[in-house]
Amino acid sequence: MALDKNLAAAIAATRFGLGARPGQLERIAADPRGWLSSQITAAGADQPQPAPQSSQARLLEFRAFQRQRQQAKAAGDPKSDPVKMVAKLLRRETGGDFLARVGLATTTDADFRERWALFWCNHFTVSATKLQTATIVGPFEAEAIRPNVFGPFEHLLVASTSHPAMLLYLDQAQSIGPDSRAAMFLDRRGKRKAGLNENLAREAMELHTVGVGAGYTQADVTEFARALTGWSIGGLKAPDDIAGRFLFRPGAHEPGVRTIMGRRYPQGGMQQGLAVLKDLAASPHTAHHLGFEIARHFVADDPPPTLVAKLERTYLDTGGDLGDVARTLVAAPEAWQPAQRKFKTPYEFLVSSWRAASVSPQSLREVAPVLNGMGQRPFSAPSPKGWPEAGETWCAPDAVIKRVVWSEQLAARSMRGRDPNELAREALGARLTPLVAKTISRAETREEGLAILLMSPEFQRR
Amino acid sequence: MTQALTALSRRRALLAGLGFGLTIDFLGRSAFAAAAGVGRRRLVVVICRGGMDGLSVSPPVGDPDYASLRGTIAIPPFGAPGGALKLDDTFGLHPALASVHALAQKGEARIAPAVATPDRERSHFEAQDVLENGATTAYGAETGWLNRALQAIGPTQVKAISVGPTAPLILRGPIEAASWSPGTGAERDPRLPGILQDLYADDPMLGKALASGLATEAMAKVATADAREALVQPDAMSGADGAMTAQADAGGAPLRPVLRQGLPIARRLGATLAGFMVQEGGPQVAAVSLDGFDTHANQGSSQGQLATRLAYLDAVLGGLAEGMGPVWKHTVVVAATEFGRTARVNGTAGTDHGTASTALLLGGALRRGGIVGDWPTLAPARLFENRDTFPTLDMRGLFKGLLAGHLGLDRRALDTAVFPGTAAVAPTAGVV
Repeated sequence: MALDKNLAAAIAATRFGLGARPGQLERIAADPRGWLSSQITAAGADQPQPAPQSSQARLLEFRAFQRQRQQAKAAGDPKSDPVKMVAKLLRRETGGDFLARVGLATTTDADFRERWALFWCNHFTVSATKLQTATIVGPFEAEAIRPNVFGPFEHLLVASTSHPAMLLYLDQAQSIGPDSRAAMFLDRRGKRKAGLNENLAREAMELHTVGVGAGYTQADVTEFARALTGWSIGGLKAPDDIAGRFLFRPGAHEPGVRTIMGRRYPQGGMQQGLAVLKDLAASPHTAHHLGFEIARHFVADDPPPTLVAKLERTYLDTGGDLGDVARTLVAAPEAWQPAQRKFKTPYEFLVSSWRAASVSPQSLREVAPVLNGMGQRPFSAPSPKGWPEAGETWCAPDAVIKRVVWSEQLAARSMRGRDPNELAREALGARLTPLVAKTISRAETREEGLAILLMSPEFQRR
Repeated sequence: MTQALTALSRRRALLAGLGFGLTIDFLGRSAFAAAAGVGRRRLVVVICRGGMDGLSVSPPVGDPDYASLRGTIAIPPFGAPGGALKLDDTFGLHPALASVHALAQKGEARIAPAVATPDRERSHFEAQDVLENGATTAYGAETGWLNRALQAIGPTQVKAISVGPTAPLILRGPIEAASWSPGTGAERDPRLPGILQDLYADDPMLGKALASGLATEAMAKVATADAREALVQPDAMSGADGAMTAQADAGGAPLRPVLRQGLPIARRLGATLAGFMVQEGGPQVAAVSLDGFDTHANQGSSQGQLATRLAYLDAVLGGLAEGMGPVWKHTVVVAATEFGRTARVNGTAGTDHGTASTALLLGGALRRGGIVGDWPTLAPARLFENRDTFPTLDMRGLFKGLLAGHLGLDRRALDTAVFPGTAAVAPTAGVV
């Protein structure tokens, strides 16, 4: 397939990457595919912060904050407004993590690697919509997702499923086997009836692995929930090597053999849940589900079946090696069709705009309100399914108006002394149409020119 | 139906003759146009995402099995502190739903306590798809049933709007719907909209969205002014105060002031939507989404996590009812969810994904009456798969009943275009 190298560069930078920065298209035009492949590294994705705070530290800090607030309240301290305190904590911690992530996205030259990592962050959504998880979404991505995005899927699956953030977000940490020792103990003490919570088990099957079409039943979900009992978090008063970290609690584990999707799993404590995850990762249903989702994210809301099949094949042939799956994606001609079939999400639109204008937001105030207004509140996907992919979702009339308003504001702040015609060539490359080029050249002001570029159909898509 | 063609549908028929095409919506539209006074009618669909717990929304505190199944999360009986707000001998409303209860006492709110979509998979995402696409299965239709209902009515007569920054599936489809969320509207370059409209000449997706967004923006200026006016009155429904003392789920952290800020905003949201809908030429149909109903752990009882969400829902509905003013008597609102939750409290003081739940019906156009559909009871033998409220009413039948009775859609359009392949599902009678 002979694809013009300048067009290939534009596709590489916008569809696979996060949008071209000035000079980038020229640098990668010699070998766009090679540029993408070189970003697939066994060490995984980049870390937004050089020395990120751990989720353990955050959980302990949150606990300390709660205690402090209780004490202040008990003492009747008028200065201790709990809302201000929690808002400050969230702004400092969660806001800082998010701003760092935006900073990485707007400056990196390995932006395919970053998009690939963001895809997996969304696949294994942990959302700050839950107060307990609000300060550990960033650490979750740093600890469970980023190091594992080019390795075997099973590693990524186990790392995310066992991470305290996921255990809290999907209510696994408190799930107790109804016939476990812990349940009997609580029963004897007349405490509330303790038992199963099937939230994580269901979403792990439906969203993270085999997908809803795989033919599992309610009984399979319940059995998997039983197998996962005991996957919990060390109490915050426990010694440092346990507190706030993953902890298997044998006493909470439901004893017995489990049968899930026709397979038997002998009694075996934590190994039982791991064995289920291993089989789920190896399932052809998972290969198909992931292949479909990757193709849908990178190429089209309605992805070419032949591309899905290639990704699926590589997954099965390599035991779920995500680096090889990424290489297959990059090599597939289906992924290089010139037509732009993805409408950018608000995050993608903002990041690509900042990259085009070569500016990075300096404070959360430049990021959070606008994302919130466009329907993509930082770290706060509405459900475990993550942010939607469908263009129709994001191209609502209200959202388009907000994109116009924001484009004007960005232009007003960042266009002094710069040529919008030049920025348009740098950002869109071979995708810059004569109509858009002409319209920008006729803009009354530089600011108007940049707003036209950012709102052009070619810039709104990838 | 063999109603005479109105002037409008004749015009459409003429256009069809010129090659503009005419779809199956023809009968539906002529029936609508022929029904007297239908032009004033308003319909609002509120989608409560996450699986709203019907047994807490309209707790059947008179059902002999309710208290034992629910344990610590049961809503206390009528008259007890934090108790259910009485509807009849069996059912009450959650104490956070004070505005809805006030309407119910005027005959302007009812419940359908055991309603479900045809989906039985207990997946949020599939069930929400089915709730919104009106098909029998997820991915069974690319468009939303409310959009297809608009097609059946005829695009020139009824406009629709969704509230929120993203477009929900229920309103997706060929008929263009407006969308609005708080926060747009700043002083701007007056040339840019025109320039972009030219750029989007060959881009139907962006072109339509921009045009609709600009029109809505103009309307919003009026609507938000109306909402401010409507809410100058002191809050007459402050009975929801109990819910404001709700505890956040993280170790019982009280977030009272946050919620106090949230509820007036929610009321204003409802009132602003009403402000759109009462305007001349404003939308007659609206879709609103609220999420956060997935209460697997520590869902609370008359206070707590779910109470907080219900107080928010109540404030939106209360603000909407108030803001509609005289148009309220021509209005129907339905609040529905993708599925209910398990009848039994789970091991983490919450509930897992279930089957039937409650739909709330509100509006001055409702017929007075008791519960909609049958109550299966919570007797052990009557639970669906020994875990969930048994569905006795098909959600599609309920929606069909509203579209037929309120917007005048005829049976054939409902059975084939709006909810394809549902000839066997009768529109629920006696609601409007």
